[in-house]
Amino acid sequence: MRVSQKSRFDRLFDLANYTFMTLLMLAVLYPLYVVVISSISDPDSVNTGGVWLLPKGITFEGYHRIFLEDKIWTGYKNTLLYTSVGTALNVVLTLTGAYALSRSDLVGRQFFMFLIVFTMFFGGGLIPTYLLIKNLGMTNTIWSQIVPGAVTAYNIIIARTFFQTTIPKELQEAAEMDGCSITRFFLKIVLPLSLPIVAVMVLFNAVAHWNAYFPGLIYLRDETLYPLQLVLREILIVNEAPADSVVAGAGDDGGMLRIVDIMKYGVIIVSSLPVLVLYPFLQRYFVKGIMIGSLKG
Amino acid sequence: MKQAQPNTVRALPVTRARSRSSVWKRIGRTYELYLFLLPTLIYFLIFHYGPMYGLQIAFKNFIAIKGIWDSPWAGFTHFERFFNSPQFTIVLKNTILLNLYELAVSFPVPIVLALLLNQIQHMRFKKWVQTVTYAPHFISAVVIVGMLIAFLSPRSGLVNEVIKVFGGDPVYFMARPEWFKTIFVFSGLWQNAGWSMIIYLAALTSVSPDLHEAAIMDGANKYQRIWHIDLPSILPTVTILLILNVGSFMTVGFEKVYLMQNALNMDASEVIQTYVYKSGLLSAQYSYSAAVGLFNAGVNFILLITVNTIAKRLKQNSLW
Repeated sequence: MRVSQKSRFDRLFDLANYTFMTLLMLAVLYPLYVVVISSISDPDSVNTGGVWLLPKGITFEGYHRIFLEDKIWTGYKNTLLYTSVGTALNVVLTLTGAYALSRSDLVGRQFFMFLIVFTMFFGGGLIPTYLLIKNLGMTNTIWSQIVPGAVTAYNIIIARTFFQTTIPKELQEAAEMDGCSITRFFLKIVLPLSLPIVAVMVLFNAVAHWNAYFPGLIYLRDETLYPLQLVLREILIVNEAPADSVVAGAGDDGGMLRIVDIMKYGVIIVSSLPVLVLYPFLQRYFVKGIMIGSLKG
Repeated sequence: MKQAQPNTVRALPVTRARSRSSVWKRIGRTYELYLFLLPTLIYFLIFHYGPMYGLQIAFKNFIAIKGIWDSPWAGFTHFERFFNSPQFTIVLKNTILLNLYELAVSFPVPIVLALLLNQIQHMRFKKWVQTVTYAPHFISAVVIVGMLIAFLSPRSGLVNEVIKVFGGDPVYFMARPEWFKTIFVFSGLWQNAGWSMIIYLAALTSVSPDLHEAAIMDGANKYQRIWHIDLPSILPTVTILLILNVGSFMTVGFEKVYLMQNALNMDASEVIQTYVYKSGLLSAQYSYSAAVGLFNAGVNFILLITVNTIAKRLKQNSLW
């Protein structure tokens, strides 16, 4: 828009728009900011509403307690395991499956694709899935956290669209002329050309695993197998709600309440930090994934 | 004609045989692709089609020792029990209202935000807005609900402290049924409005600058250009997303609903899926809750097909 003379309306519009966008950013950031300053403030100041702009009575007792809490670190360890193994499985299955489905010389491609896409719109639901996992003997094992969500139809569509639009058919034909096998072609030529989609798949799946609590809630009984989110649920939600119902006489019931109050903001930070710190650097890959997906909704 | 016919009849088996053998040849040449596809295919057959096979327990009285196949048939008794139960109206009403509310707020807002952000010409500023507003999308449901409970707590929450400063009485928001849906929808908006812009922003980049330049020549202001150029160009994207949204109408946000639920707000927070979870996994009424789940999935499926058909009739974009 190289028009030098902006109309009065447009200048006002821009002013309002920039103001609005700035306020929008503040509205998004403020709750996160309050969590950060509350996590290093004295819980008594936090509870009386004193901490809304700057931290008050700076203390690291919350973090200190978090580091001493074994449950959290077991959860962390479990989540790291589920996330790494789970993501590896996700990525391998998604990419190999999507590559096969992207090739026009795959006989029965339409049928296979239909089989997969159909699951986006209809499924057996919670109970039959639970019974299946139980019959397979996966409940209360690490496999229940990894295998049931090994591939999603949506990710297959994204990866397949990527392969179809970026790997030229001439390349494949040339490789065939030279007697290059499909596996070799995939490993030596397709994958190196597809690093963006590999990144997208790693990130989408890793974040999903990191944030998942529901598979743990349904399939795990043994607390030592709990992922981090399930431990967080106990600290932030299961323990907190009853405390709130006793509005009168706050603080009188002492011990447990105070510990929760001290730790709750800290655990939010500790659990979300890996994702939020890495996210700005990886943002373009996430956005890319969504954009490729939108090509063929 | 009569003479030609025997010829074609005789010719057919030959070509058919030949084409059949060439199909096998093609499959043989690309056998590696099938090895690539096999694990994924097996996964979908077991973990997606397996449960669909298991859905038959909705029409049976599932007995664990007998297994899915040998359990005795029960016809539609589980469905009838659900339709006649006092929970039916509550659960259905909550599911529909929560999703309508969510659709009414969370669907249009990202469109408006994307149209406005698209007018920002300062690239660095635009990038900042994007980075900041996308961020909450990556926070887990547990943490979001944990933050809600912390901020809205009547005992120690910041929101209630503000209310007290202005002389009001603290409100236990999380326990009030009348607040449940609003808290759910607007915390969802905070978390996902930015992220949902991405698709619209992508669609907006394909709007030809010529259109805008011509409009500027004609003296159109920004508002007019958004309304007459930008909005119509992203309408196909809007339609597709609306179809997808309506198609998942009955499933939205189940994990978060369950986390936000407590004994006091149950009147407003019990939706079909939390009901399925509780009656199925916590009370072990497998057949009954499978029936409720099937009812939910069926309604969803019908909705999706209906909306898609309407979109097709209106000559808008459709999924198939």
